[in-house]
Amino acid sequence: MALSASNLKVGDTYEEQVVEDLKRTQLVQYAGASGDYNPVHTDEVFVTKVAGYPTVFAHGMLSMGMTGKMLTNYVGDGRLTQYGVRFTRQVWPGDSLTAKATVKAIREEEGGHIVDLDVSTVNQDGVEVVSGYASARVDP
Amino acid sequence: MAVEKFPVEASHILMFARSVGDYNEIYADEEYAKTTEPGSVIAPPTFVQASAQFDPDYFLRPKPGTPWFGSGKDPTSIKKEGSGGGGGGGGGLHAEQHYVYHRHPKPGDVLTATVKPGKKWEKQGKRSGKLLFSETVTEYRDQNGELVVTARSVGVQTERPVDQ
Repeated sequence: MALSASNLKVGDTYEEQVVEDLKRTQLVQYAGASGDYNPVHTDEVFVTKVAGYPTVFAHGMLSMGMTGKMLTNYVGDGRLTQYGVRFTRQVWPGDSLTAKATVKAIREEEGGHIVDLDVSTVNQDGVEVVSGYASARVDP
Repeated sequence: MAVEKFPVEASHILMFARSVGDYNEIYADEEYAKTTEPGSVIAPPTFVQASAQFDPDYFLRPKPGTPWFGSGKDPTSIKKEGSGGGGGGGGGLHAEQHYVYHRHPKPGDVLTATVKPGKKWEKQGKRSGKLLFSETVTEYRDQNGELVVTARSVGVQTERPVDQ
């Protein structure tokens, strides 16, 4: 299922919805699995009365993790060589996110083929919440 | 976060993958995983973040006998302004995260994480006042001392909560 350099061209895109109507329960799941128990993500009392936000919001790393699902579905298991993001907006319960990869370059490195991707995840209003890049090994 | 021993376990990978909504069977089913190119269960791309579980002093986990800034009887148990990972009137947020994969961790690996501080810089933000950025570089090595993942993280302290 891996991509082939010969079938890729600059500008190709792949996208998928990575969450629909994000639930607070998923923030609890992510807190438990990742070990990041910052109450801004799960504690409505703290986040509204102390931190000064309208409600709990997603861990940046949850947005990155959900975006990573799109990437591995596209490039195949174990193929990523790098992946990086900036968190450009907070993600809130109720948000639906669509993650997209765009082929930026196809190149050779140390005898293998690599695809470089631009990565962008937007919410239901089209506002970008994650902006980044990734590279992956592809077949010839 | 520096971690001396981060055992990579299949059940942890399963829980982590579920939590990011990734139901790819390679994270859940050892038999299926044998049929894939990696040939075994592997960790999803952001899994090493869960090394926090193995940092005995991780500051975003409540510890017995230590005040915790989340709510209990009161909205917070720590009465001070502008501190504690997103607490009172601003605080710490995650700005950037970058990973280089030398290979993908798998169950049975026992990783160590060593942390080096990186650059620090300031910026005036439009939506949250003055921003103080700081970078850390974490190297995850396996039981043979081989580099597995290099992570670069940028955190930001905001002067006040981010305007919505």
